[in-house]
Amino acid sequence: MSKRVELNIKVPNQTSYLAMVGQIGESLAFSLKNYRGNRRELAYHLNLCLTEALTNAIYHGNASDPDKYVHITISASDDDLIIKVYDQGQGFDLDTRHKLKANPCDEGGRGVNIILKLMDDVRCLQEKGVNVLEMKKRLH
Amino acid sequence: MQLKMTEKDDAVILAVEDERMDAHNSGNLKEKMLQLFDEGKYQLVIDLSAVRFIDSSGLGALVSGFKNASARDGSLRLCCLQPQVRSMFELTRLHRVFEIFASLDEALESQS
Repeated sequence: MSKRVELNIKVPNQTSYLAMVGQIGESLAFSLKNYRGNRRELAYHLNLCLTEALTNAIYHGNASDPDKYVHITISASDDDLIIKVYDQGQGFDLDTRHKLKANPCDEGGRGVNIILKLMDDVRCLQEKGVNVLEMKKRLH
Repeated sequence: MQLKMTEKDDAVILAVEDERMDAHNSGNLKEKMLQLFDEGKYQLVIDLSAVRFIDSSGLGALVSGFKNASARDGSLRLCCLQPQVRSMFELTRLHRVFEIFASLDEALESQS
């Protein structure tokens, strides 16, 4: 049994940090010693879900304000992985946004749907007045 | 975003030279395609061979180009997708919307 890995990341509210945060997710996937699934696929999915959640926080939660920050925590054990993305703004209604994607030719509205498809449990929470998007993935 | 543009007959080939397409750089591709449409170039082939990662913003930029090309009786075809990128089109069912070709030659031949 490996010890739980805890990562705490805080980045300015700018899309130039998407690649860096996504890469952290990929690196984490390759560091999970006891993971038996498709590691390359998990790495891609973690990169993708982190990218989508951070993009959502930058544009919607923090309304593209470059002076704000996005706080991300990642907690991983042999059993599961929990990602939380905190923004300093309005947050969003997961159910409403999910229903927005009706037409496959819509230009937007896919990000949250991608997260919902790839993660096992996705919730919008409030922690001490801060909006949090929580994503959980089982690892076996 | 680094884009390499070449022309062959009526088609404009845009090769994305970044390995990542996300919200940080996909707007560049969208703007370039709009510029080409303004110049009357409606037959586009997007070469994604260098792209290892694409998110919903990258897909959205391609959908924008597809819709704009279709509205002008043109076309936007995709070629040379890496497996993980291809999987994103399947996850979002966009593989049913786009014409996707294994090679650039096949994409060009399909027009004639």
